[in-house]
Amino acid sequence: MSGDFQITLNGEPYAVNGDARLITLIDSLKLKRGRVAVEINRAIMSKATWDRTTLAPGDIVEIVNFVGGG
Amino acid sequence: MKDDSFELAGRRYKSRLIVGTGKYRDFAETRAAIEESGAEIVTVAVRRVNITDPGKENLLDYIDPKKYQILPNTAGCYTVEDAVRTCRLAREAGVGDLVKLEVIGDQQTLFPDVPATLEAARILVKEGFKVLPYITDDPVACLRLAEIGCAAVMPLAAPIGSGMGIRNPFNLRIILEQAKVPVIVDAGVGTASDAAEAMELGCDGLLINSAIASARDPIAMARAMRLAVEAGRTAYLAGRIEMKLYATASSPLSGLIR
Repeated sequence: MSGDFQITLNGEPYAVNGDARLITLIDSLKLKRGRVAVEINRAIMSKATWDRTTLAPGDIVEIVNFVGGG
Repeated sequence: MKDDSFELAGRRYKSRLIVGTGKYRDFAETRAAIEESGAEIVTVAVRRVNITDPGKENLLDYIDPKKYQILPNTAGCYTVEDAVRTCRLAREAGVGDLVKLEVIGDQQTLFPDVPATLEAARILVKEGFKVLPYITDDPVACLRLAEIGCAAVMPLAAPIGSGMGIRNPFNLRIILEQAKVPVIVDAGVGTASDAAEAMELGCDGLLINSAIASARDPIAMARAMRLAVEAGRTAYLAGRIEMKLYATASSPLSGLIR
């Protein structure tokens, strides 16, 4: 799927333009692929699937990484 | 002294001190304190990436996962579902299957929700996680967590970040006597003597964050904690003398001048 539509990314509205593949989103956010984990609509997306996973309008996407903590 | 390495979840470590990465001024200070602490296992939290400032520096740019065992926590989780979800995401982020499980039961004390912790531990163990649960210093809860298959138990010594030290050494002793898995004191240590006390009781390890990160000089405190853990452990192995009410002279009683 391509075109312009909205998803919810980490709780905020986010516009997806053109290439709707998950891997394109990760790369456009300049995230290091080996350091983040992704959920779409509560399902964890393993790294191996990122290039064949396509975002859809209204998807709820969570991308997490590690931060300081005890 | 013979080899006294510490085995946890199938790996051996030289250091018995696990340190957190929260509350530091910046990543450079975090790294310097961790190096000074001698720790080989480092806890981290799992949070949403900052999408408004992409490409920003990341904790793992400073704490190399090839050098340190990264231990993701479930801090801030109040339900079984959130804790399990956080662990699954952490594993997917690629630092292995060792997790620090915390399911918090109360915002003010940050005491664990014991039934929820047991339930989350059951799920996570079944999914192949090596689970290190933060738990109250309740001997029965620790027994149950070990039965479930947790890789260690991590009783608190006092509330998280309180710095109140070892409030109930007697419960810790019971937990230690009954333990079939390593016992790591997690939370409550305020200063070096607290760390030494926990190790002298026979604890296998200690997890410290606030006492180091919030000290006036975190790097110096990291060193103090490393030395205290080593001193306490060595004293435990050496075997302390009994406490007696009356004096026993250290010098010979014979040969005194008259």
